[in-house]
Amino acid sequence: MDTASSNFTLTQPQISEIIDLVKKIHGFDFSEYTKASLKRRMDRIVMLKKLSFYDLKHVLVNDPAFFQEFLEEITVNVTEMFRDPTFYKALHSQVFPYLSTYQHIKVWCAGCSSGEEAYSLAILLNENKLSKKSFIYGTDVNTEVLNEARKGIYSLRKIKSYAENYLFTGLPGSITDHFTVMYDAAAVHSELKQNTLFSVHNLISDTVFNEFQMITCRNVFIYFETDLQERILDLFYRSLCPLGYLCLGNKETIRSDSFRKKFKVINQKENIYQKIGA
Amino acid sequence: MVKSFPHDLNKTVVIVMHRKKNFFSEIEKLFAENSRMLLREVSDKEKIEGNAIYIAPANYHTLIESDGLFSLDVSEAVWYSKPSIDVTFESAAEVYKQSCTAILFSGANQDGAEGLLKLRNCGALTIAQSPVDAEMAEMPQSAIDREAAGYVLSNNEIFELIQSSIS
Repeated sequence: MDTASSNFTLTQPQISEIIDLVKKIHGFDFSEYTKASLKRRMDRIVMLKKLSFYDLKHVLVNDPAFFQEFLEEITVNVTEMFRDPTFYKALHSQVFPYLSTYQHIKVWCAGCSSGEEAYSLAILLNENKLSKKSFIYGTDVNTEVLNEARKGIYSLRKIKSYAENYLFTGLPGSITDHFTVMYDAAAVHSELKQNTLFSVHNLISDTVFNEFQMITCRNVFIYFETDLQERILDLFYRSLCPLGYLCLGNKETIRSDSFRKKFKVINQKENIYQKIGA
Repeated sequence: MVKSFPHDLNKTVVIVMHRKKNFFSEIEKLFAENSRMLLREVSDKEKIEGNAIYIAPANYHTLIESDGLFSLDVSEAVWYSKPSIDVTFESAAEVYKQSCTAILFSGANQDGAEGLLKLRNCGALTIAQSPVDAEMAEMPQSAIDREAAGYVLSNNEIFELIQSSIS
């Protein structure tokens, strides 16, 4: 059972100290992560691992394996296939008719975690007969979750929990049609895996690596403060082809005036945007 | 309750309800139609207005930032709930401390009790709905058991308290 609490919680100065330490030793910069959420993640780690503030600093410096775990906890990896079915419906009706006019469709799934969203897109592209000319790049900062994404094998229990989402997208059949089920595991069909590539990319420190017709980055911005969000919006803008699409999470709106001029709203509710201007 | 708030309440109200994802209830519409205040669902990094009612969206936790913004979080459910009342209460305790009032109503699990205790410990006014009045007694009852509620009030008393704090 998950409870939100622990007896001991970190103070803001202690959190700042941890952020500095992690930046110096591991090169990951969490200084512009949303504060309340970051505190919750760190409190959760010290609770689960029964660490004091000093223990935490010690293992962060001396135990590389612990840092991987830390990174996994901090960068929330909770994801679903077809999360927000109405988003996939909107892609199908408002975006894919335009995407289908391109000779090649390159999709960047930024912050892809264990790959559920990338494979949801792969299924949707396949159902629209677009998979032959499309390629999905999934990136994340976390190497462990990328290994899971590459495998494309999920527990049957998880896949079943996505069945309702799938149903609401209006796609034909059921979600298990896209998987080979063995015992209690489900492996995504190889034809869906074929046109995917998962690799490490850090949105905070890495730069443009290709030109895309569509970028999805859903429920990643919620962990970033607004200045950082804008720097990453700029990275996405520069990574999109003219009139390329940007899809943010359901509750992630482009607020800055300068970027509102650079992106046209395609679907307000689903936060689907199109690159405009020079 | 929403109906009873005047247009110039001059307070921020956050409503966290346990709700199912993919279930497009009409509850916001119903609330909005009955509210004289600005009422909307929270979106990420939205500025917290001083005179407005906010509803926590389904399938996210709603947190309060020290710089006057809401933030959202999709991390694991707490007490099988997302939104979790504990998460919002705890982040409100961090930021608003004694200057906020929290009321825990009916519900079928223990969500909210821990957060209410944190709020009480930092001097906030904390109220649990009387379990007799609650459709599901467990939620207010677990707060009472943990001594998280400064007051245990009937529906009428809660209503009167709100009215008196307005006038």
